[in-house]
Amino acid sequence: MASTFETVAGIIADTSDIERDTITPESHAINDLGIDSLDFLDVAFAIDKSFGIKMPLEQWTAEVNDGKVSSDEYFVIKNLCANIDKLVAAKAA
Amino acid sequence: MRLEYFQMIDRISLLDPEARLVRADCQVPDESPVFEGHFPGHPLLPGVLMIETMAQIGGWLVLATLRFAAMPFLVQVKEAKMRTFVVPGQKLEAEARLVHDGSGYAVVEASILSQGKKVADTEIRYRVVPFPNETLRATMLETARRIGVPEGFFHAA
Repeated sequence: MASTFETVAGIIADTSDIERDTITPESHAINDLGIDSLDFLDVAFAIDKSFGIKMPLEQWTAEVNDGKVSSDEYFVIKNLCANIDKLVAAKAA
Repeated sequence: MRLEYFQMIDRISLLDPEARLVRADCQVPDESPVFEGHFPGHPLLPGVLMIETMAQIGGWLVLATLRFAAMPFLVQVKEAKMRTFVVPGQKLEAEARLVHDGSGYAVVEASILSQGKKVADTEIRYRVVPFPNETLRATMLETARRIGVPEGFFHAA
C-alpha cells in the first residue's frame, strides 16, 4: 500500500501537471510547486476521494489568513500528509 | 427558460437531499433573441447555455444542501458533452447528483434529458463561499420560491 506521501505526490502530479520527481516532502504546494487555488481544488477533491475524508480547507485557510498559523502548517507536503493521516485516523476511531 | 435573463430552470420537480439528487423541468422557449444569432435560419439552444443549465441545476442542489448558508460559484466544467441538438420549443429535464460536498467546494454530475434521452452531461465544480451580500441571497431565495424549492430548505435544519 502506497504511503500517504506517495499517494498525495501522485495526485498532485496528475492533477496539476507537475513532474512527480520535483515533489518532495519539503515542497510547499503553493510557494514551491505553484499550485493555484483552482488546481488545489482538484488536488483536494482527489485527496478527499482517495482517503475518504473531508479536509477542512475553509478552517485551514481562515487560520492562515488570520495569521494564527503559517501556511507551512497545511501546505508543506509532509505537513499536509500528517494532517491527512490525522483525519483518516479520526474517521476510523 | 428565459434565456436572455439566464433563467434556465423553470420548476424543481424533485429535490432529495438523502439521495443527493435534484431534477427540474426546463421548457426551451419558442422564440428568443438568442435564436436570432444562434443560428440564423437554424435556431439551436447554444451549448454554453446547456452548460449553464447544468451549472444552475447543480447549484440549486448545493444551495439546498447547505440550506442557503453559502453560495456556489461555478469554477470548473469537466468534459462537457452536447450529444444532440436542442431546438426551440423542446421540453427538457435537468438533473444533478451531488458527488462530493467538500470544505469550500462542491462537485456535481449533471445532465440534461429530453424524452428520457440524455442530450448533455458534464461534471461541474463550484467554489462555495459566503454570500457576498444580502441582495444576492435575497434574490436567490426569491428565485428558489419561484421555481419550487421547498420552504424547508431555506433555513438551517
